[in-house]
Amino acid sequence: LSQVVMVPTGTANVASVSAAFARLGCNLTMAARPEDVSGAAGAVLPGVGAFGAAMARVDALGLGQALRDRIELGRPTLVVCVGMQLLCRQSEESPGAVGLNVLDITVARFEGAVRVPQLGWNRVEPGPGSRFLEPGWAYFANSYRLGRVPDGWLGATTEYGSRFVSALERGDVLACQFHPELSGMWGAALLRRWLETTKEAA
Amino acid sequence: MSLAARVVPCLDIKDGRVVKGVRFQGLRDAGDPVACAALYEDQGADEIVLLDVSATPEGRGHALETVRRVRSVLSIPLTVGGGVRGADDAGTLLEAGADKVGVNTAAVTRPALVGEIADRFGAQCTVLAVDAAGTGRGWEVVVESGRKRTGIDVVEWCAKATAIGAGEILLTSWDRDGTGDGYDLDLIEAVSSAVTVPIVASGGAATARHLVEAIRAGASAALVATILHDGHTTVAELKDALAGAGIVVRP
Repeated sequence: LSQVVMVPTGTANVASVSAAFARLGCNLTMAARPEDVSGAAGAVLPGVGAFGAAMARVDALGLGQALRDRIELGRPTLVVCVGMQLLCRQSEESPGAVGLNVLDITVARFEGAVRVPQLGWNRVEPGPGSRFLEPGWAYFANSYRLGRVPDGWLGATTEYGSRFVSALERGDVLACQFHPELSGMWGAALLRRWLETTKEAA
Repeated sequence: MSLAARVVPCLDIKDGRVVKGVRFQGLRDAGDPVACAALYEDQGADEIVLLDVSATPEGRGHALETVRRVRSVLSIPLTVGGGVRGADDAGTLLEAGADKVGVNTAAVTRPALVGEIADRFGAQCTVLAVDAAGTGRGWEVVVESGRKRTGIDVVEWCAKATAIGAGEILLTSWDRDGTGDGYDLDLIEAVSSAVTVPIVASGGAATARHLVEAIRAGASAALVATILHDGHTTVAELKDALAGAGIVVRP
């Protein structure tokens, strides 16, 4: 059984993520309890909105530890946009809020002469050795970002005012600052590669 | 900076159908919003805007169903506007599959609505739609589909709305809309220098040259409708022309 669950962190892109997976023949189910997250072949954290509010939803559902365990073990887990930022310790966006704290990084706002939020398509350039990531154009909708690829992770970077981390992967964990569900055929192919790992894990 | 300039087709929908006449080659049913949106995605559209021009509760219901159907086939962003009166309306559209929601008249009536939507769903999905009419000295906001002039200064309104949470401005020149005379470049320059969020230029496009001018004037994206619907050009041709002018586009 290759069940893939979604952690409900808010409204804004749940329908788009669900539709993208449905086009790949995978119907996501909503996770309600920690065992839903720990027991699934794959888990998707489609965070949108503010860092603090998204983490508060994860905490209110009591799903933080189950997510952290999956990520530490490298089990198939996809985190999108603010979901990727939640891997970090904290964010300038929500002072005082603590994320999943897998990465000892503070997420910072874009700087320089660029329009914020970054809304639109930008180039994703993976570093060597990526399993999931390929060069291409992805759709971004973010005001905050990670500034460096953490040790032990493979990363892709993108230029917007300065270079920032547009994706990370480690084991079967894929973190995307962009929205793969809105990134056309390139995004669909990326989701398909990640989805394959949930079948191997099942 | 490598962020690409966006070409954004806009479909006016009413009772589940595209209105304003769509006449492409190769579509069996040119009035079906799902077929139109899919065709534009294939041509390289960077995003689709659906504008619900229904005025009735029944029409709103049809619009939600249209958003669901378009979402199921579309793998690029979808912005939906028209008839958003409260944050709950925005939530309903997002749940149906919109990625961004446009607010217009209701935000002019009650500006706090912009902040309410941004607080609940994020600035990145809160689009301020502004219809601007020239006054000779500047531009004033018009509402109710152009029927009512408000006397509110467009540049000041955009600055205020972005300060309370709007993450993008869909800026329509009421004077140019439907004329084919090109976007109002002075309007784009005035608003883009007053705010730091992206601007989608709208109203007046007839040629690829007009899109190039709008991007150079400070727009991050260009909305197109009639020239695509009439089959005079394609998204791919417009993007080729932008690239030929040295503007970065998604291939």
